Amino acid sequence: MGILRSLTLLLIALASALSLPATAQEDDPGTALLTNLAEAPNSKVEEALNAIVSSGDPRARGWLEAYGNNRLSQVKNTGQVVVVLNNRGRDWKIANPLTGENMGEMSRRELDRVAINNAIRGQLGGILAMLDLNAPDPDVREASAQDMMGKVDALLVEPLEARLELEESAKVRNRIEEALAIYRVGEGDLDAVEVLAGSLHPRARASLNVAVRGDDPALAAKAKQALSTIEQKLKLNRAAETLYFGLSLGSVLVLAAIGLAITFGVMGVINMAHGELIMLGAYTTWGMQQLLPGQPGLALILSIPAGFMVAATAGIIIERSVIQYLKGRPLETLLATFGISLILQQLVRTVISPQNRTVVTPEWMSGSLVINDALSLTLNRMYVLGFALVVFAALMLIMRRTRLGLEVRAVTQNRNMARSMGIRATRVDIMTFALGSGVAGLAGVALSQLTNVGPNLGQNYIIDSFMVVVFGGVGNLWGTLIAGLSLGTINQLLEPWAGAVLAKIIVLVFIILFIQKRPMGLFPQKGRAAEG
Amino acid sequence: MTIKKHVKLGLSALALSVSLNAMAAEDPIKVGILHSLSGTMAISETVLKDTVEMLIEKQNAEGGVLGRQLEAVVVDPASDWPLFAEKARELLAKEKVDVIFGNWTSVSRKSVLPVVEELNGLLFYPVQYEGEESSENVFYTGAAPNQQAIPAVNYLMNEIGVERWVLAGTDYVYPRTTNKILETYLMDQGVAKDDIMINYTPFGHSDWQNIVSDIKRFGSAGKKTAVVSTINGDANVPFYRELGNQGISASDIPVVAFSVGEQELSGIDTGPLVGHLAAWNYFMSVDSDANYDFIDQWVAHTGDEEAVTNDPMEAHYIGFNMYIEAVKKAGTTDVDAVKDAIIGVSVPNLTGGYAAMMPNHHITKPVLIGEIQDNGQFSVVWETPSTVAGDAWSDFLPGSKDLIADWRKPMSCGTFNTKTGSCGASAGEMAAADE
Repeated sequence: MGILRSLTLLLIALASALSLPATAQEDDPGTALLTNLAEAPNSKVEEALNAIVSSGDPRARGWLEAYGNNRLSQVKNTGQVVVVLNNRGRDWKIANPLTGENMGEMSRRELDRVAINNAIRGQLGGILAMLDLNAPDPDVREASAQDMMGKVDALLVEPLEARLELEESAKVRNRIEEALAIYRVGEGDLDAVEVLAGSLHPRARASLNVAVRGDDPALAAKAKQALSTIEQKLKLNRAAETLYFGLSLGSVLVLAAIGLAITFGVMGVINMAHGELIMLGAYTTWGMQQLLPGQPGLALILSIPAGFMVAATAGIIIERSVIQYLKGRPLETLLATFGISLILQQLVRTVISPQNRTVVTPEWMSGSLVINDALSLTLNRMYVLGFALVVFAALMLIMRRTRLGLEVRAVTQNRNMARSMGIRATRVDIMTFALGSGVAGLAGVALSQLTNVGPNLGQNYIIDSFMVVVFGGVGNLWGTLIAGLSLGTINQLLEPWAGAVLAKIIVLVFIILFIQKRPMGLFPQKGRAAEG
Repeated sequence: MTIKKHVKLGLSALALSVSLNAMAAEDPIKVGILHSLSGTMAISETVLKDTVEMLIEKQNAEGGVLGRQLEAVVVDPASDWPLFAEKARELLAKEKVDVIFGNWTSVSRKSVLPVVEELNGLLFYPVQYEGEESSENVFYTGAAPNQQAIPAVNYLMNEIGVERWVLAGTDYVYPRTTNKILETYLMDQGVAKDDIMINYTPFGHSDWQNIVSDIKRFGSAGKKTAVVSTINGDANVPFYRELGNQGISASDIPVVAFSVGEQELSGIDTGPLVGHLAAWNYFMSVDSDANYDFIDQWVAHTGDEEAVTNDPMEAHYIGFNMYIEAVKKAGTTDVDAVKDAIIGVSVPNLTGGYAAMMPNHHITKPVLIGEIQDNGQFSVVWETPSTVAGDAWSDFLPGSKDLIADWRKPMSCGTFNTKTGSCGASAGEMAAADE
């Protein structure tokens, strides 16, 4: 059947190729250019690329981009070069690069990919950057000038200098000057070192480092001096970066732990399935993205309420079916919820898949906010940091300002008295547990942007969550926030110095010692609440 | 889907009972499958169980072997290392299987080793590993370090001109041994100690900010830098994501990975990773008819048009066919006869060549370097001119330099010291002593 299908596909493809006016195909100079590229051995690829660029064909850019993205293929038995529109699965969607016309699907067996490797991709990047240097948008020009850094060679100097004359934007001028200086330092130009002395770009440092090791003593001395000024500036940036890393790891810990701070901290239920509630939130995000293909951003935003609802519902089921019968028996609760966590994990493995699921990061969350060349803050983590703070603020508001919050506090402080005042303690239990679980779902939605969405997601966070809650002081939301952020920062401060494995161990030892000294954590509950 | 499975099960049971009636004299050949179907390793190992089942189905459709049908006996060691040993014992002692296909992690293999040697079983191990082992009862169809790590480093050094190296790995035996071998190898090649950075992270590490920023800094010293990654399993996803977010592209600092395959990439948006490298002995994108047929078969078996194949699956494909050939050659499934017969057996691999079983129980494999593409596949950019034979004992470690393994008679030894001319402890004894 497979053969039959590929045969029909081949026939369709052939028919569509034939239906094109044959003369147009053969006369088009693009055919020769592309075939030349497709059939060039590695050493001739540069020549073939140059031929395409210098042809001045308006379609050249599209071809080069397709080539750079691994999207050019040659049909095995006709030798025709095609653009692959969709290269997933066994049958690929292809189009004619000359006319842009859709050519339907073709089996992967019939296509030969036009090979490209990193070295060629680097050259191609330089070529495309050079084309972009004339773009009307200054941001595009700046980005392409930045791409040129470290790629300038003797041939490019003249066109770049000419461009510098014309350039109006100061930012782009700076970039081009730096790119030229990197080349000139390599050629032994002393003045160029001055230009680079103020640059934080890693490529500038790289070229200065090469100069320091070079043969020219005057150049080496000057480069060394420039490097030490750069190092001074870098130190400050590095400190800021570490702080950001710490806060961002901390925000993840806070998010994972804050739901537990309610179920464990306020209600006193040791819920080992907390991690799996986080996992359910993450899977909700995946499910949403499956429902809304092509709109990952919208799906992510909708996942926030959906993840909350799914996890909260799961929480209610767990509370009603198991936890309510084990009230006041912490050991049994621990064992039972641990069992639930295993059941939920295996359920996901059996029903969905043991494989991790792909959650797409929307465009506006990928990449980073560039402060300067040495300091850029990754956007996805910045959103998660903001989200953690918003969730925390909302929870504080609920606990402090709403009737539910009041009732929760009343029931946890003195259950019997609260009941005698007419509060339905059972209903409050359900609502509290649902709230804590729902917040775990929110954490899952956020974590789906940072880590793997798979059956084991929850396991990785359960220990950390308990650590944060205990360290912060059981029953205190502020404690959880401070504990999470400070543990994250301590961890990131230690990591460059001790390595990731040792840093984790040191933090754990630190918490154990701390709890020995202050058994109630950072912010112990005071007064009568503590005894309830 | 479950209904379909039930129907399938029912049908195969029916077929089995029919064939049993037809030739009651001949028992089926029992094939044990020892792969985790639950727990952390299920992500990697379930597909291998499915692969062996698919191969058995196909072999049975072709009439089995020696006129006997094959029957899969599946157990679930649940990613629990001691349970692997128990389940292996169950397979060999209770189920009396003729051969076992199984294990992924080295620690699970080490836990099974003493059992397989004690009960004289056959185990086909399909995953690339750190070497330093050769057991009479185990056939290593995955890559040894000289079939993956060393050629990859050579490629980076000679073709890309890398002078500065980051060896990043997960903190357990495979990365630590591999990195030790690589460090010695690099220093032998004249790389200064300052130009090597080694970093270990725990399993499932998800916060890579600091490490990636360290790598970025290490790479700005003016020498071409590359990362050699032995980071295991799904910890890779956040690692690559962080690389992309911090703007490290493959043309700045390429990452070559030994544990990232099509399976791992299927859980990630590969856009920012285009151009990063992996070294394997098989890629799903390999252009050969054997491979395309295998993929068609796999898609039909799983019923999933998007299903991916990977290197350990190819290893099972080779191992399974080698076993079948050896049984044919020996004319029996008797373990000792098969063990002798399989050395020298050569079967087609999926990359268009042949794999042969060497006397040290490792096989010959081509080494391929592939670049990640935006569709989650690799495109081959370099390969060894011919196949490379697996080396059980690395030439770059002080303890193992003089050791060789040769299971042909009269030597029949996995730890033969060429200096002293004596044979050391067996792999199972060593594994048992480690515990």
